[in-house]
Amino acid sequence: MKKKRLSILFSLLLLSGLVLSGCGSKDEGNNNQGAKDGGKDDESFSVAMVTDIGGVDDKSFNQSAWEGIQAFGKEHNLKKGDGGYDYLQSKSDADYVSNLNALARRNFDLIFGIGFKLEKPIGEIAGQRKNVHFGIVDSVVEKDNVVSIMFKEQEAAFLAGVAAAMETKTKNVGFVGGMESDVITRFEAGFRAGVASVDPSIKVQVNYTGAFDKADLGKSAANQIYSNGADIIFHAAGATGNGVFAEAKERKQQNPDANVWVIGVDSDQYDEGTVEVDGKEYNITLTSALKRVDLAVKDIAQKSMDGKFPGGTTVTYGLADKGVELSTTGDHLSETTLTAVNDWKEKIINGDVTPPGTKEDMESFLKDLGVTP
Amino acid sequence: MSKRWTPILIPVLAVILGLLVGAVIIAISGYNPIVGYAQLWEGIFGDSYVIGESIRQITPYVLAGLAVAFAFKTGLFNIGVEGQLIVGWFAAVYVGISFDLPAYIHLPLAILAAGLAGAFWAFIPGILKAKLGVNEVVVTIMLNYTALHVTNALIRSIAKGDTTEQIAQTASLRIPFFEEITQYSRLHGGIFIAILTVIIIWFILEKTTLGYELKAAGFSQDASKYAGMNVPRNIVISMVISGFIAGLAGAMEGLGTFEYVSTKTAMTGIGFDGIAVAVLGGNNPIGVVFGAILFGALKYGSLNMPNPPAQIPEEMISVIIAVIIFFVASGYLFQWLYEKFSKKKGVK
Repeated sequence: MKKKRLSILFSLLLLSGLVLSGCGSKDEGNNNQGAKDGGKDDESFSVAMVTDIGGVDDKSFNQSAWEGIQAFGKEHNLKKGDGGYDYLQSKSDADYVSNLNALARRNFDLIFGIGFKLEKPIGEIAGQRKNVHFGIVDSVVEKDNVVSIMFKEQEAAFLAGVAAAMETKTKNVGFVGGMESDVITRFEAGFRAGVASVDPSIKVQVNYTGAFDKADLGKSAANQIYSNGADIIFHAAGATGNGVFAEAKERKQQNPDANVWVIGVDSDQYDEGTVEVDGKEYNITLTSALKRVDLAVKDIAQKSMDGKFPGGTTVTYGLADKGVELSTTGDHLSETTLTAVNDWKEKIINGDVTPPGTKEDMESFLKDLGVTP
Repeated sequence: MSKRWTPILIPVLAVILGLLVGAVIIAISGYNPIVGYAQLWEGIFGDSYVIGESIRQITPYVLAGLAVAFAFKTGLFNIGVEGQLIVGWFAAVYVGISFDLPAYIHLPLAILAAGLAGAFWAFIPGILKAKLGVNEVVVTIMLNYTALHVTNALIRSIAKGDTTEQIAQTASLRIPFFEEITQYSRLHGGIFIAILTVIIIWFILEKTTLGYELKAAGFSQDASKYAGMNVPRNIVISMVISGFIAGLAGAMEGLGTFEYVSTKTAMTGIGFDGIAVAVLGGNNPIGVVFGAILFGALKYGSLNMPNPPAQIPEEMISVIIAVIIFFVASGYLFQWLYEKFSKKKGVK
């Protein structure tokens, strides 16, 4: 009895061995190629990034940053991998330090950390690897070999607010936020200030879902806001915002004449808003408040390559340098709206108007316009 | 092959099969499994830095797995380890940043705070189950989300931002000697606490009346009630101890790995992985250590697989880990097949 059981076990092991050896021989060819990729050319400039837990295909800032690095790589004929450009994804908060370290060991010249969650890890690794350049997006690390990349999200959100205020028919608009954080607060503050600047009597419904990855919460938040009379919703909620689009598209499908719009965020979300009703195509993305992480990352990489790495400083991208923008894909905005948007844009760039970037600033901004926040 | 060996044999077979199936998946996707696994090995044992980091990764898994296993011994399924870990993490960091004490008081206090926070979080489902018979699975799952959002709100109100400041060095688990010998990895002294906890829990379960009563409740609540044991009390005690261990796992993160706490967009996953660790370890305190070593090493080592020359996408590694867990979880299937084979022979 014992022998029989043992033999079953051994045959299992044998089988495993066969499978393994099969795999081995098949892939021998790839081995050399891998070695070739690994070879580092000392002359070239190399750049890499570590995502936060959103991953590189998050349709948001991680993806945008990676697109910027890819564009930079293409421009300078770099290859993906060592000595060129690459990324590492983080599955948990504990992975940031390890991933940053791995990239530093692979001798990348410039390493970006995407998102405020990498603030402490970048600070830690930058202290240990003083001859490597680092960049942090959406947060500030005060170290000589770190450049901090910030955005004036409130400027793009302000223009989104202006556009929403001009386009609303019901004098009622909405804002759906992800988790409360400094970045999302800048979006909310700018948006509400923009709406109030056009017409203080317009109602703004604000709903924070508490998550960036819960489309179902975004959908129910949007449902509530639309049901309470709003016709335009601005979302700053990452993948939760996909639920906002889903709700708007559903309403459009039930009634093609329904007046529902969504304002996208970070990247141009025009394609997210396409919906087909009875063979006719509609689009419900009014516009998108763009945050050009790709341009910023590319810009810093270029500077670093030219030997002008702005280490120890905070570089802030705003409307003036096209770091943030309002998209016009689909031409949903009317002539008058566009004129108004451009007027306000001028005023912001000239410094005549400063969109608020914090809760306190927003409250005093709104109070000056006679709105009780 | 005596019965004694099956609890060890099943996980070992499962891991081997998991790695093999993983190799097939890697090969089908056009990558080289041998280079991939070599790099996995490098990522775990390659040099002193990754060894240190691997142990660092294993530490909270030991405690999270132990927390799940302990409750399971009493017949309770504590899915709330995740939430208990999160409140423990927060409590440890809170004590770490708000007091100014000498290290021999500060560190134990911070660790104790983490344990008590976790214990309190587990007390809620424990008392509900004991007094009202509310299913602990449902309550603990819900409390995970409560923990996540409550701590996020507390962090934002305390730190006025998304991340707290660094804890005082008197509350830190990090040991300069470890940093020196591992090229500044985040290896910290928590591993000793984890091992000590394992020994204590093993002792409680195997050598004390309390442990006997807890296990008895796990085997049959009715029988232990008939034997004059206080089952509701045992349920609460079991949950509280389980939560305390989970809170300690949070202290490992808060006082060792990170030394701060930041708002989380999602669960840490350590608590849920703890369930897998407990399954791998056959719900045995010593087995949990091996489960945690395997799981933590795989998790950490896999971070090296996207690096050249293997360049296997990180998503693939999640699949492989899932396959291993799948095989372990279906270990009972092996056992069943096994017994079936032997039975047939008995008939002959």
